[in-house]
Amino acid sequence: MLKYLARRLSATFVVLTLVSMSVFGIFAVLPMDPAALTCGKACSPSVIEANRHRLGLDVPVHVQYGRFVKGLVAGREYGDGAAKIECPAPAFGYSFNRHECVTTLIKEAFPVTLSMALGAFVLWISVGVSLGILAARRKNQWQDRAATAFVLVGTSLPTFISGILILLFVALKFNLINPIELGRWVSPYEDPVGWFKTFIFPCITLALLYAANYTRFTRSNVIETSSEDYIRTARAKGLPEGEILRKHTLRAALAPIVTMAGLDFAGLLGGAIITESIFNLPGLGRLSIRAVLNDYDLPTILATTILAATFVVVANLLVDILYAYIDPRVRVAS
Amino acid sequence: MTQKPFLEVKNLNVAFPTEDGLVQASNDISFTVARGETLAVVGESGSGKSVTSLAVMGLHDRKRTQITGQAFLNLESGPVDVISADEEVVRKLRGKAMSMIFQDPMSALHPYYSIGNQLIEAWSLYNEGDKAAGKKRAIEMLDLVGIPAASKRVDEFPHQFSGGMRQRVMIAMALINNPSLLIADEPTTALDVTVQSQILQLIRDMQKEFNMALILITHDLGVVAEVADRVNVMYAGKIVESGGAEDIYYRPDHPYAIGLLNSIPKIGELESKRLVAIPGQPPSLINLPQGCSFRARCSFSDRVPGNLCATTAPTLDQKTTDHFSRCHLSEAELVKARKEIGGN
Repeated sequence: MLKYLARRLSATFVVLTLVSMSVFGIFAVLPMDPAALTCGKACSPSVIEANRHRLGLDVPVHVQYGRFVKGLVAGREYGDGAAKIECPAPAFGYSFNRHECVTTLIKEAFPVTLSMALGAFVLWISVGVSLGILAARRKNQWQDRAATAFVLVGTSLPTFISGILILLFVALKFNLINPIELGRWVSPYEDPVGWFKTFIFPCITLALLYAANYTRFTRSNVIETSSEDYIRTARAKGLPEGEILRKHTLRAALAPIVTMAGLDFAGLLGGAIITESIFNLPGLGRLSIRAVLNDYDLPTILATTILAATFVVVANLLVDILYAYIDPRVRVAS
Repeated sequence: MTQKPFLEVKNLNVAFPTEDGLVQASNDISFTVARGETLAVVGESGSGKSVTSLAVMGLHDRKRTQITGQAFLNLESGPVDVISADEEVVRKLRGKAMSMIFQDPMSALHPYYSIGNQLIEAWSLYNEGDKAAGKKRAIEMLDLVGIPAASKRVDEFPHQFSGGMRQRVMIAMALINNPSLLIADEPTTALDVTVQSQILQLIRDMQKEFNMALILITHDLGVVAEVADRVNVMYAGKIVESGGAEDIYYRPDHPYAIGLLNSIPKIGELESKRLVAIPGQPPSLINLPQGCSFRARCSFSDRVPGNLCATTAPTLDQKTTDHFSRCHLSEAELVKARKEIGGN
């Protein structure tokens, strides 16, 4: 197991290095001068050159990458004297447009995205999995049909429609949130009610889509597992139905859902651009889309991309380790 | 026999409603098995062997199955009809009064739980005591069914066992609560030939050890000859012949049983000749034909006077003291038929 862990960890490290290199490389070949973007229209070439030097863009790409990695580990300084800017480790770069270290921007945006992702995750797992189990147990009865209808609606409504519908016809129509406060970030530790009000609707929007998928997946898994020989064995032993479901059917049926849930959650941690935009949430998704559309803020885009990739790769690793605990066949094979 | 048989099945019918119609999977089945006795049930796939025993175990989904008739377990506390009894009552008999082992030991054990865990689970359903006591009993049972280093292997998982070993585990699990009836549904079919006889021997030993009534479902007539006291030959959901193992082997009365015996090679036959297959396919169990369900495949139906085979379903008639057959053929014709195709 230790050997397996070491192998997986080093593989994860390699993947992340490759991801950061390729993202870095893409930005290096973009037909766009990052230094020219640092000041407005009336910018003299000398200012541009000065900024180019301050941001370290006047050296070859591989040196830039080396400094980037060094900044991640040790922090980074730009310029010197009175105009010196310090970004402590892990430094992802300096956003000239926002006049902030990128890490600071991410630190502000991440709790928002985390709140949204966590809330949605709890909602979609509890609703999706229990609805899936119910549908499987009541196969071809009205509960199953209702669940199927839910799956159909949930999967066919994209978030940019369901989100707007929920915002307009539920949240605003019934005065459940104040439009001025839409997307206001409040810490759950200071104002739990305000936090809840900010996040409940985006969470529902996201959860709707995922819950529908999880309902469908859980239903088919439970039905499939129920017809396994070992479930018949459990019944032949004389186990009560409830115990068969809990201990035997669900254990096997939900194992693949752990994998799916881990990856979906990690994907969301990278930011949900559409949902965050609809509900005006200042999360990672909106940080990225703003950086792309409005500011051409390359350091921020670089940082959010690498961060999103990191979440997925790390989640992959965690899920694989977790799976070895769930399924003994994996444990021995590794 | 002074003792009442442990299991008495009377006029059992099992049918599954489907979109195409009612599938009459087992039809008017009656038989008994006493403790210490081995009943073999033979017949080809789809003849209703498993369906009947699953009904006795109460393992059919009652909502999707129509079951009529009776199946009494003569317990010490009095007889219980598992067909009409409350589902909860039947559940508490499973694993305790009656147990079942299945065809494919590769998929019959839960892949996520250790062998010990699964045995302890079965034990603790009917026994007071902590996990340690259960584990002790589990090791005892594994030892009894011939698993080497049982105290070590008890913590291993099903995928670490071979097919034969898994079947031994299944047997240990089925017997852990000392049942009075064991139903073995083709217990050796999925195993290597070399392992088959070991498992069969084990089942016989266990039957003696626990003094169980044993129903052995199989389509292997060699197995039947080795272990059975009595044999039920099933065809298209019905028992077509029933009798002592000797009777069935040496004096088969039903053309189907004759055909079955004729389709297996015999040791000592000097000439190498082709094995004789029974032509055709078993009929669909939806809308069974009028008359004898074996008629279409029977080579002797033209020897029955009139058109009896096509119009009237034969009844299960007594031929000798303990030998029943469901055929219109007269005794004289039968002797002739046996000679013609069997060479007996």
